[in-house]
Amino acid sequence: MQDNLQTSSYKQLEQKSKYTNMFLRWFLYFVLILFASYFIFPLYVMVVTSLKTMEEIRQGTLLTWPSSLNFDSWLVAWGGRGYGAGDTFLRPYFWNSIKMVVPAVFFSTFIGAMTGYVLTKWRFKGDQWVFLFLLFGCFIPFQAILLPMARTLGVLGISNSVIGLVLVHTVYGIPFTTLFFRNYYVSVPTELVKAARIDGAGFFKIFFKILLPISAPIIVVTVIWQFTQIWNDFLFGSTFSFGEAAPIQVALNNMVLSSTSVKEYNVDMASAIIAGIPTLIVYVLAGKYFIRGLTSGAVKG
Amino acid sequence: MKTLKIEELSKNFGSTEVLKKINLEIDEGNFLVLLGPSGCGKSTLLNIIAGLETINEGNVYIDDYNVSKVEPKDRNIAMVFQSYALYPSMNVRENMIFGLKQAKVSKEKIEEQLEKVSKFLQVDALLERKPSQLSGGQRQRVAIGRALVREPRIFLFDEPLSNLDAKLRVEMRREIKKLHQQLKTTVVYVTHDQTEAMSLGTKIAIMNHGVIQQNESPENIYNKPSNTFVADFIGSPSMNLIKGNLKQSSDRILFTAEGANFDIPINSYDFDDTSQLNNKEVYFGIRPEHIYFKKSNEDDFEVNLKADLSEYIGHEQIITFNLANQELLAKFSSTIKIELSKETKLYFDLTQVSMFDANSQERI
Repeated sequence: MQDNLQTSSYKQLEQKSKYTNMFLRWFLYFVLILFASYFIFPLYVMVVTSLKTMEEIRQGTLLTWPSSLNFDSWLVAWGGRGYGAGDTFLRPYFWNSIKMVVPAVFFSTFIGAMTGYVLTKWRFKGDQWVFLFLLFGCFIPFQAILLPMARTLGVLGISNSVIGLVLVHTVYGIPFTTLFFRNYYVSVPTELVKAARIDGAGFFKIFFKILLPISAPIIVVTVIWQFTQIWNDFLFGSTFSFGEAAPIQVALNNMVLSSTSVKEYNVDMASAIIAGIPTLIVYVLAGKYFIRGLTSGAVKG
Repeated sequence: MKTLKIEELSKNFGSTEVLKKINLEIDEGNFLVLLGPSGCGKSTLLNIIAGLETINEGNVYIDDYNVSKVEPKDRNIAMVFQSYALYPSMNVRENMIFGLKQAKVSKEKIEEQLEKVSKFLQVDALLERKPSQLSGGQRQRVAIGRALVREPRIFLFDEPLSNLDAKLRVEMRREIKKLHQQLKTTVVYVTHDQTEAMSLGTKIAIMNHGVIQQNESPENIYNKPSNTFVADFIGSPSMNLIKGNLKQSSDRILFTAEGANFDIPINSYDFDDTSQLNNKEVYFGIRPEHIYFKKSNEDDFEVNLKADLSEYIGHEQIITFNLANQELLAKFSSTIKIELSKETKLYFDLTQVSMFDANSQERI
């Protein structure tokens, strides 16, 4: 009798917890969907607006679906309207940005890898101080170094050039890239380096043959970080370059702000999306590789 | 000619002295084990022999040649690490021949060495695999193989078995022993595991706080520990050290444990110096395995003690007795029945005892 009573009350409890779980699950979905739509909303507006004509924009609301897929504003944003002065479009500046980002990402990543390697595997007296000062570089507000940097670039004769921007971004990327690589190499057993030294490999050989081949995950992280930072930078670009040599973010700003007549929202939106596409591509491509690198990376043992 | 000689070697990291005036010699073909608790400086000493650490004072000689300032690769040594340190991006073949390639050995010679060693260590089927695709034991073999292909004068092992599980460790221990028997290369082997040290070494150097406490054969280390540290470190459970006083008269020497109402006659003990033993404060050292339940020698000392605690560990049991309020551990076969809180008759094997000065902690 006692047993039966207990079984039935267990059944009740079981039933009850089942309903509670179901309710919580649906509530969770609801909250997730709510936040997801909140985040996706601006992107939706941008894409939809870029595909509308000015007429449609004026008549409809922000959310209205475009009547037809019309890529005209994208073409204008990328290639201009074809008349002379005052026609700003993104194509030349896009290539400026590429010319700036690729070498800057490469050099800052490479130098960061080297520094991280030295700071962990070839320890020297005072190396902690070197690392500390490098870390300090992560916290310096970039506004504080604009004037001295402008002077330096002037002395070097590379102000208002892509090379100048490459230098600035490389230098200010090194603290971050060093931090990434140092933290990664700390977890790589130092015995690997010892073994290689006994085997007769030198400083560079150990770096290129032993450490670099197992650094794929952290290289990807660093490249994503650096690419995003440099591509999206506006401060250095607008301070150290103007006119022809400007990177895309500066051009985007000029384009949107300098329209003399009517605000062309569709072209503005298309430009903004174009300026953001490369970082998206890097995330999609490298992000996938990043996860693969993490799961297969068996450094230990 | 000594294969390896270390002379007055000192090393400090900042203000901490890690090694203090180490002197050590190894003859050709010997297997020297550096044994000690963690932080005793044994790994640092091995790294110094390898040339991976700098020296503050003293010298290292290999074949009578001072190598103190010679690069690791030119010392004619090879090292096996605790984490195996196989290059993760290279397969087994590349791992094993990396050193030979650096040394610009000819292709034919490399292939010949690789084939010989990989057959010998039975890793010839694994040559194309990456280290991450190998089991612990296989990685260990490859790491040894990488050391072997270089045909070094001295093998250095840095706790090579501590990452393996208990069963595999015993297997690999035997393999290393076999390897040494076949190749007869000089070995320096660092471990904190006394069983490994005992079973592998032809000589064991026990280290503590950067000083070599005793450097002798395993038998001497076990039977005649040179101080209380060695006595306590070797053996499981370790040697009982009973504090007490000596009484010396013309014809006999007696030991009385502190607070005990009986004397233990130790006439047969071979003191270094029999003068001034009277009233000396000493430790009476006897190993748990040398306390018997049945009388086995004529001279065994018979005593009644109360058992306080019993630990059963399968083939044997460890019983803690109360000897005048000092703990005395004894090891018996687990078939023997001993009742707790009751007096039990025990026999001390007096041929196996060690005596230490209570002040200097040294063997007397």
